[in-house]
Amino acid sequence: MSKPLLSLSNLSVSYGKVEAVRGVSLEVFAGEIVTVIGANGAGKSTLLNAAMGILPAVGEQTFDGAAMGRLEVEDRVAVGLSLVSERRELFSSMSVEDNLRLGAVRFSEREAQARMAGVFDRFPRLKERRRQEAGTMSGGERQMLAMGRALMAGPKVLMLDEPSLGLAPRIVADIFTIIEDLRKDGVAILLVEQNARAALNAADRAYVMELGEITMSGKAADLANDPQIERSYLGFH
Amino acid sequence: MDLTILLFLVQDGITNGAIYALLGFALVLVFAVTRIIFIPQGEFVAYGALTYAMLQGGHVPGTAYLLPIFAFVALLFDLYAERSRITGAFLLRQGIDKIVVPLGLLFAARELAGVSTIASLVLTVAIVSALGPHLYRIAFQPLADRSVLVLLIAAVGTHLALTGLGLVFFGAEGQRADALTDFSVDLGPLPVSGQNIAVYVATLLLIAGLYWFFERTVQGKALRATAVNRLGARLVGIRTKGTGKIALALAAGIGAVSGVLLAPMTTIYYDTGFVIGLKGFVAAIIGGLASYPLAAAAALAVGLIESFASFFASDYKEVIVFTLLIPVLLVRSFASKHTDEED
Repeated sequence: MSKPLLSLSNLSVSYGKVEAVRGVSLEVFAGEIVTVIGANGAGKSTLLNAAMGILPAVGEQTFDGAAMGRLEVEDRVAVGLSLVSERRELFSSMSVEDNLRLGAVRFSEREAQARMAGVFDRFPRLKERRRQEAGTMSGGERQMLAMGRALMAGPKVLMLDEPSLGLAPRIVADIFTIIEDLRKDGVAILLVEQNARAALNAADRAYVMELGEITMSGKAADLANDPQIERSYLGFH
Repeated sequence: MDLTILLFLVQDGITNGAIYALLGFALVLVFAVTRIIFIPQGEFVAYGALTYAMLQGGHVPGTAYLLPIFAFVALLFDLYAERSRITGAFLLRQGIDKIVVPLGLLFAARELAGVSTIASLVLTVAIVSALGPHLYRIAFQPLADRSVLVLLIAAVGTHLALTGLGLVFFGAEGQRADALTDFSVDLGPLPVSGQNIAVYVATLLLIAGLYWFFERTVQGKALRATAVNRLGARLVGIRTKGTGKIALALAAGIGAVSGVLLAPMTTIYYDTGFVIGLKGFVAAIIGGLASYPLAAAAALAVGLIESFASFFASDYKEVIVFTLLIPVLLVRSFASKHTDEED
C-alpha cells in the first residue's frame, strides 16, 4: 500500500488532567472513506479537533508525508486538510455566497468563482439560496454550506464531524450520497459519526473508539457484521 | 441665543461629531475583529495631529523615529516566536515589513518635511497607520486568545505607554497645524471654512471606503468573518493574527486622518488624544460596540451635545457628555439579554 495522506500516531489530547484521547493511531489513504464510530463522549470530536490543530496534542502527525504537528490550523488548511466541525461554524450573518467565497480566501476571485460553480453543481440548493444569510437556513442546508465551504479550499482529506447530526433521514441519505461522490472525485474522507450504521455502510475502513482509545479497527464491512459492534452501536434492526 | 449662534453651535457639533464618528468606527472595528476595547485609539489621533503639524513646520516628527523602534521590537517578537521554523521567505517578508518600510518612511519624512501639505498628509497617514500592526504584534498578539478583560487591561497599559512615548518623542509643547485650505464659503449668516468641509468630505469618504472594503473585498469579508466566528475563520484558513494587524492598521489610519483634520482646529498636546478618543468611545458604546450606523448617529449626538454644553455650561461640558453614558448603559443592560463571553 502507498503512503497514507493523513497519519496520526500515538496521539494523546488532554483537557487539564483528563486525557480525552489516549495513544490513538489512525491513517487515511488517498481515495478512502474512513470512519470513526463510538458513543457520545468517546473522544471522536476531540480527535478531529486535534488533527486540525485546534487542540494541542502529543504524538506524531503527518500529512502527505510531511510532519504537521507544529502547523497552525490555517497552515493545515493550506496543505490540504479541512474540517467540517460538528457545530458547522458558519459565518451566520453573512450570505451563502460570502461564506463560500471565504472558503477559498487564499485564491484569486477567478479561481474562487470556478470553485464556487463546482460547489453549486454539487449542491444546487446552495445556488438557489446564494444570497440568503447562512444563519437563516435549515439544518440540512447549513450542513451542505459547511461542506461546500470546506470544499472551496480544495482539500485532499476532508474531515466531517457528525454530518448527520440533527438532520431528517432523507437529508442524511443525501449527505451520504455526496460523501460517496466526493470520494469518487478524489477527496479522501475521515468521518466521525454516531449514526454508526450509515457510516459503516459508506466507509471502506473503520475505527471504533471507546473512552478515548481505539478498541477495534478493520474493514467497515467486517465491523458491520461483528456481533459485539452490532450489539453496542447498531442496535437491533 | 440667536440663529447665528445656534448655527455656529450646530456646525461645531457636526464637525466634532464627524470626527467622533470616525473614532467610534475604529473602536467598533477593532472590537469586532479582535475583542480589544481599544483605549489607545485617541493616542493615534494625537500622534497623527502632532506628526502632521511637525511635518508641515518642516520638522521630522517623533513618530518617524518611533516607527522603526516599534518595528524592530516586533521583529524580535516574530523571530523568537518562529525561531524553530525560520525560512528565507519569512526573513525576506520580515525584512521588508519591519526594516525596509519603517526606515524608508523615516527617510521620506527627513526628505519631505515641510515640502508640501499633500506630502505631509500622506506621510502622516502612512507613518501612523504603520504603527498599528507593530503595536498589535507587541502588545496584543501574545494575548489574542485571552478574555476581553485581559485584553482591556493590555489596552489600558498600551494607552499609558503611548502617552508616555508621546511626551518623549513630541515633547510637552502643544502643536497646531495650518488649515488644509483657506477657502471659505458663506451659508447665509454662517461662514463654512474649507477645514469644516474637509472634515465632512473626509468622513464621508472614509465611511464609503470602509463600506466598500467590508462589503466588496475578500480581505474585508475575512475581517468580518473573523468577527462573526473566529474558529470558523481559522477553519477556512483566514489568519486571524493577520486580521488583528489589519484592524489595528485601519484604526491607526483612521486615527491619523482624524488627527490631521483636528490639528488646524485646536492645539493638540501629546496627551490630548485620550479625551477625544473617549468621546468616540461613548459613541461606540451607544452603538453597542457592534453597530456602525448607531455609532455614527451617536457620534453626531455627542458632538452636538458637547457643542451646546460648552455654550450653556462650559465648565461642565465633559461631565455632561460622559454622563450621557449612564442612561444609555442602563437602557442597554435592561434591553439586551446578557450573553456569557465565549471561551
